[in-house]
Amino acid sequence: MTATDHRRPRRVHAASVMLVLGMLLAAAASLLPIAIIVFTAFKPIAEVNAYPPTLIPGEWTLENFSRIFDELPFARLILNSVVFAGGVTLFALAFDSLAAYALARIDFRGSRVLLIAIIASLMIPFQATLIPIYQLVADLGWVNTFAGLIAPRAADAFGIFFLRQFFLSLPRDLDNAARIDGASEFRIFRSVILPNAVPALLTLGIFTFVNNWNDLLWPLVFTTEAEMGTITSGLTLLTGPGGIIPQGVMMAGSLIAVLPLAVMFLMIQRRFIESVATTGMK
Amino acid sequence: MSITLHKPATRYRPPAPLGGRGAGPRRARRSLLALLFLAPALVLLGAFVAWPMLSAFRLSFTDSSGFGRESWVGFANYARVVTDPAVLRALGNTALYAALFTPAAVIVALVLALALNHPRLPLRGAFRTALFLPFVVSLAVAAFAWSYLLDPQIGLLNYWLRGAGIQLGNVLQDPALAMPTVALVAVWKNFGFYMVIFLAGLQEIPASLREAAVVDGASAWQRLVHITLPMLSNTFAFVLIVALIAALQAFDQIYVMTGGGPFGSTQTIVMEIYESGFRELELGFASALSYVLLAITLLLSLVQFVFFGRREQDMQ
Repeated sequence: MTATDHRRPRRVHAASVMLVLGMLLAAAASLLPIAIIVFTAFKPIAEVNAYPPTLIPGEWTLENFSRIFDELPFARLILNSVVFAGGVTLFALAFDSLAAYALARIDFRGSRVLLIAIIASLMIPFQATLIPIYQLVADLGWVNTFAGLIAPRAADAFGIFFLRQFFLSLPRDLDNAARIDGASEFRIFRSVILPNAVPALLTLGIFTFVNNWNDLLWPLVFTTEAEMGTITSGLTLLTGPGGIIPQGVMMAGSLIAVLPLAVMFLMIQRRFIESVATTGMK
Repeated sequence: MSITLHKPATRYRPPAPLGGRGAGPRRARRSLLALLFLAPALVLLGAFVAWPMLSAFRLSFTDSSGFGRESWVGFANYARVVTDPAVLRALGNTALYAALFTPAAVIVALVLALALNHPRLPLRGAFRTALFLPFVVSLAVAAFAWSYLLDPQIGLLNYWLRGAGIQLGNVLQDPALAMPTVALVAVWKNFGFYMVIFLAGLQEIPASLREAAVVDGASAWQRLVHITLPMLSNTFAFVLIVALIAALQAFDQIYVMTGGGPFGSTQTIVMEIYESGFRELELGFASALSYVLLAITLLLSLVQFVFFGRREQDMQ
């Protein structure tokens, strides 16, 4: 036994305390803006503007929630957000996984060139092509329609790349057995690869849904009528110059915007976070 | 998940069916099959990515306003990009934003992923939930919340900081502090996403490596520097590229919080594209600016690929 051996447990203990303290601080910083949204949404207007400011309401009220439905066609905005984000997600998952399967499992001429093209297009920011996309959507008569909001995003280079990477990580024995049994490629895709890729599809689906639900620039550009906007783009109408809306009302709208995603995340988070790296063969 | 550009997908060989690996007809059949799988995505990417790229390129040499006649103006739009002080300012602002956002977001994400992965961390699940939650909040909503928190009169965070002796003042009206503030909002919103990618990368590191190092008497620090971080380099490259590209596209929280002000100090390239393209209807100029954004994005991505590709080869 040496002195070092005696010191070790205490040092480890101190490091653990630092670790936990640091994480508590990080978690508090993470949660503060969310807490301010939740609590302010239920505050009476007088309290929202009171000094000194407080986090938790002294008196709880729902007036901010009824007011947000007066300020905006909010029910319609919720519906628009659901159709837009949900539509993009379903189409993109279907089309991306099909393309990813070809790139990961079918040995065809030009696959490498195509993969490089797709990775290269990953680097194209949609903001850089927004103007011609808008012109195309306008020529099709799709401005202020769900088609205009959804179609340009119904396939996505990132999704294809992401799923290809995941499919490559799946053990080949999985589908080789089916292939030797004479299963068609589409059958292998549907019955072997997709069931094993559920975690990756969920991850991509959630990212796609969340990103579109939360996007601002896209609905700002492709909808010119307040009735066709999303929750996110609709709320920004209240903040511009001249729009003096009490913070409580803004936070009530914000809470409604965040709530579906937060609930969805809390419900399936374990699967969502842990499964990106795991394969179907355990 | 990793970038494996130099490891071609074609390295994979399907099991040779009876009669050997196909040439000729079998190969043609496979290509047709692949095309069927790829068709929907390729049609959409062609119409809404490839064609707009070409179209924006053509527009960038015109004075198009979207209506009526447009005429060819040569490089005038690009000349304006490199001479107009407002545009140069937007380019500089975007670089500043990227320099503030990217390292902060990536380092915070990496440190917190390592901490979450620490074997002695209690309440791991609760911490992970709390840290990831901001990612489900939109930048626009994050901007509402942070604007309120930082409000010079009724902002709770401003009030608490004053109590701690820190006078922030009105950060969104301060040309020196507005940009760090809008970058902070994006770091807050996005680090959880990068953290999850790092966590996935950490889980890919074989436990046997760590155990072998422990047996060999490596300290926690040595294991971090010589095993964990090198094994994460692919993930790191991926996260860095994604974060950098996100930084170049800064828009949402700036649109909400400052509208590009005060005095143009938070005006970014995408803000400029949006305003010139959709408010002033200078489609030609906005397209030229789009191409500058595109060029910068591509350049940075290529640098990253080359750098990390080489490092990975060195390691092998």
